[in-house]
Amino acid sequence: MTDKFISIEAIAKRYPAKNPDKRGGETTIFENLWLSMQRGEFGCIIGHSGCGKTTVLNILAGLDEPSEGAVIVDGQAIEGTSLDRAVIFQGHALFPWRTVLGNVAFAVKSKWPKWSAERIKTHATKFINLVGLSGSEHKRPAELSGGMKQRVGIARALSITPKIMLMDEPFSALDALTRGTLQDEVRRICLETDQTTFMITHDVDEAIYLADKIFLMTNGPGAVLAEILENPLPRDRARTDLHRHPLYYPLRNHIVDFLVTRSRTFTQDATGYDPRKVPVVRLALPEPVIATSAKSVPSAAAPNQASA
Amino acid sequence: MSSSLRLRAAIMSVAILAVFLGAWHIATRSTGSVANLNPEYAKLMGLTATQGKSAMPGPVDVGAKLWEHIQSPFYDKGPNDKGLGIQLAFSIARVMLGYLLAVAVAIPLGFLIGMSPLMSKALDPFIQILKPISPLAWMPLALYTIKDSSLSAIFVIFICSLWPMLLNTAFGVAAVRKEWINVARTLEVGTVRRAFTVILPAAAPTILTGMRISIGIAWLVIVAAEMLVGGTGIGYFVWNEWNNLSITNVIIAILVIGLVGMLLDQVLAQATRLVTFPE
Repeated sequence: MTDKFISIEAIAKRYPAKNPDKRGGETTIFENLWLSMQRGEFGCIIGHSGCGKTTVLNILAGLDEPSEGAVIVDGQAIEGTSLDRAVIFQGHALFPWRTVLGNVAFAVKSKWPKWSAERIKTHATKFINLVGLSGSEHKRPAELSGGMKQRVGIARALSITPKIMLMDEPFSALDALTRGTLQDEVRRICLETDQTTFMITHDVDEAIYLADKIFLMTNGPGAVLAEILENPLPRDRARTDLHRHPLYYPLRNHIVDFLVTRSRTFTQDATGYDPRKVPVVRLALPEPVIATSAKSVPSAAAPNQASA
Repeated sequence: MSSSLRLRAAIMSVAILAVFLGAWHIATRSTGSVANLNPEYAKLMGLTATQGKSAMPGPVDVGAKLWEHIQSPFYDKGPNDKGLGIQLAFSIARVMLGYLLAVAVAIPLGFLIGMSPLMSKALDPFIQILKPISPLAWMPLALYTIKDSSLSAIFVIFICSLWPMLLNTAFGVAAVRKEWINVARTLEVGTVRRAFTVILPAAAPTILTGMRISIGIAWLVIVAAEMLVGGTGIGYFVWNEWNNLSITNVIIAILVIGLVGMLLDQVLAQATRLVTFPE
């Protein structure tokens, strides 16, 4: 935690309660939430609907404001939206009256208003090629499949060379096959460009494949960041043989267990929980043991608890 | 399948027209001499009395008269006898002037209302009260203040075409998808660029629908307005021909008003199609 590229500090989000009898007349979605990420990291936030994941992302994007606290990116407190933080929306949000090239060029022109039309076109085309859409530059979004539309969304976000890329369940509306290929593309691009990325997902496998750090959030209202899970899988992992890695299932089980039970019970069970020092968990393989020795008892894949 | 449907529909339309014209012709034809009249007296009475011909002209009379009008649409023989083309040109010019003035006011104002909830709420009572007023009710006030009958007609067109455009623009602007606005926000697009490159294209189909409703209303109102102000225009022509008891010309005017109205509507429909985007 030396180089905090993104630092979310003690943010809270409250809405006026519909029922005025409630305490303070407000509903707290989450409060005193701390979260940090390093440059070039891929962070995934997992939690049930209503825990405030999208609110966290919107605050990071500047589309929403926290009721309390601040967000610091690259040493500066953020204020509103910025071209440094690109958002990939769940519903692609392309302009249907513009072509693929027009949509990407719109973003490029927003970032560099003084560029010539030729330069904007060259730059936009580069990113359309990067997401594998060469030849479709002049199609309109209505002529594209769901996966291709989301590729345009990615190209548009990358084209402004943002410091952070924010993704709000970008692949949830796609079929499994398309989702897989797009995950590969995103992973490749993020590794190539060393892009800092923050993503919301419901998909456990997606988080395991893409993320360096998985943030587990408990159920709202009053949601807290329960654990930061470091991904123990190798950096050069491939989607096709992910499941063969010995730590894949322990990791997957850990997340699923969290979502099934602990996301509900965490706030009651946790003792001495400090929102500023969220436990960082890194799963490890059990030490080899001598089976014949009567003294040693084989232990399960016990999580190594470390402090943030 | 669809082409055969279109063909059958066309045949049906022609058949309906033929039945209508036939019925019209039979209903208004001469039934022969009804009474033995003094020839001098018969000359004075005309065909209605002598041959039982209806005072309502038949399709052949209307067709012949229409052909005359088509041959010389732009003649000008003084204030009470101008060609149909000239009358139409006056009406269309008035509609266009009033309508374009309304566009110039309604679209920017609609943007303001659509983008600002404050202005929307503040202007709402005024719009609600002004909208249901018959445009012709403004006429005396317009005549008194403007003191020019022709300009008053333009003002009436302006006021009647304003509301549908204003309300549709405001609605279209307010209903632009939140995510498109968010895209513009994350890209730090300024207000002016956002209005022109995001909100305008997104709201264009709704705005054009309002413009189409407005041109229809404007064309309805111009006839009534010109009947009141007189002088020139197709509305004046209808009333003048009624005073001349020329039912033939009245029928021709009705037909021409319908045709021009349809053309104006089609132009706007085509424009709407141009700005509509498939989702």
